[in-house]
Amino acid sequence: MEWFSTFYETYGDLLIKGTLDSLYMTSISTLLAYVFGIPLGVLVVLTAQNGLHPNKAVNTILGWIINIGRSIPFIILLFAIIPFTRLVAGTSLGVKGAIVPLVVTAVPFVARMVEQSLADIDAGLVEAGQSFGANTWQIVYKVYLKESLPSIIRGAAITFISLFGYVAMAGCVGAGGLGDIAIRYGYQRYKPDVMVVAVILCVVLVQLVQTIGDFIARKVDKRVVR
Amino acid sequence: MIQIERLNKSFGSADNIHHVLHDIDLTINDGDVFGIIGSSGAGKSTLVRCINLLERPTSGKIIIDGKDVTNYKGKDLLDLRESIGMIFQNFSLFQQRSVLKNVTFPLEVNGKKMSKSERLERAHELLKLVELDDKIKQYPSQLSGGQQQRVAIARALVSKPKIMLCDEATSALDTKTTASILDLLGSINRELGVTMVMITHSLAVAQRVCNRIAVIDDGRIVEEGTTAQVFGNPQSPITKELLRNDNLTTMSQTGDESDNSSLPEQA
Ligand SMILES: Nc1ncnc2c1ncn2[C@@H]1O[C@H](COP(=O)(O)OP(=O)(O)OP(=O)(O)O)[C@@H](O)[C@H]1O
Ligand SMILES: [Mg+2]
Repeated sequence: MEWFSTFYETYGDLLIKGTLDSLYMTSISTLLAYVFGIPLGVLVVLTAQNGLHPNKAVNTILGWIINIGRSIPFIILLFAIIPFTRLVAGTSLGVKGAIVPLVVTAVPFVARMVEQSLADIDAGLVEAGQSFGANTWQIVYKVYLKESLPSIIRGAAITFISLFGYVAMAGCVGAGGLGDIAIRYGYQRYKPDVMVVAVILCVVLVQLVQTIGDFIARKVDKRVVR
Repeated sequence: MIQIERLNKSFGSADNIHHVLHDIDLTINDGDVFGIIGSSGAGKSTLVRCINLLERPTSGKIIIDGKDVTNYKGKDLLDLRESIGMIFQNFSLFQQRSVLKNVTFPLEVNGKKMSKSERLERAHELLKLVELDDKIKQYPSQLSGGQQQRVAIARALVSKPKIMLCDEATSALDTKTTASILDLLGSINRELGVTMVMITHSLAVAQRVCNRIAVIDDGRIVEEGTTAQVFGNPQSPITKELLRNDNLTTMSQTGDESDNSSLPEQA
């Protein structure tokens, strides 16, 4: 108990700030990744050969972009796009500087997950939508997105958790957050207790996000298992 | 009236072409319950999907109420589809929408501005017609197959179509449920005057509700006529084959001796 209060007094503020920074960076980048990733995923589905607007050229090019984006390791991307990050965020350092590479790395990932979620819905529903005179836009938001919402929410929890891991790596650019703390205190200053607590906090947060994600997805899903 | 003139449909590109429909000529009159029968892969679905242009004909014409709709695009196309209801083998209800919201879907997407309360009221009326007004708040996965198809029928009728396309609408249902759905479709045809185009692989179904029947084989119409003609006095070898392969217990009602005599052997 005594250990705890001394520990809390010394590192409490640091860890709380780290937790908040981690959550902030992860949430903002997940959100932005969906802002760009959903339209991209939808576009891939629409332009596919069996899509509503087959377009081989567009579909192939989008596929390339997504695959290239997904194949570059985050740690390399982080440094490789520094000029771009500076252009967009004004800095390549700190929380702001970390969000740009996080979003860039997540967008192709999200696009693929959204594509998968949309492709999983029964093709008959799209056909039904069309048969009642729905236009493409209506099919996208009233059929594709509406019907795959539970799956998209599950995907968002996965994205959040993956990005949470990347946020730790972004600690390399001084982004802050729990991962940053774990590395700096654990390895550089040899304070294993700080590292352990930071890691435990990470584990707890990941569990929490997964649980919340599953809960919302279940709440939203109107299909009952019989 | 639906007129189909020299309709051809092929899939694939020049080097790998698959000709699915060959020179189809067909006239479906207002008030018909028009059956389309034929073996699997014959092109029944493709033919019916050409009527509301879910498939584009490769050549030929689709004429509905005197208007050539074959090349309809944009708003014309969406309006055309709105005027033709459709139901499907697997019901194709939106799983994330309640029963009531499934039925309002066609009203939500069509251009005519109807207020939300008008839409709900209209949907409610239709659900009453199919005797499911006690289930409006439920979701499709909570309903039986027969109930789901009733919802689908309500949805198909909500925008007051003159034509209804049914692609194997009863194939996923048991005999008793099939009978009740067919009765419902029959009464919709009689009371609302909706023309029905009904694909089925079940001769019993065709016999029960259709007044005219076309037999399609390998993309060609091989026989067409009134139900009595086609079942009572089949002309094409394909139709005879279909009749022979079906163990047509219901045929006994028409007193077709030759088919009845083979029943004990099959049993
Ligand atoms: N989009 C498509 N692309 C390529 N070929 C197709 C397509 N749709 C249908 N076909 C082909 O057209 C032929 C007729 O198919 P269709 O679905 O119309 O048959 P059907 O008579 O409805 O059969 P079933 O009783 O099994 O439903 C089949 O050989 C099928 O493979
Ligand atoms: Mg079919």
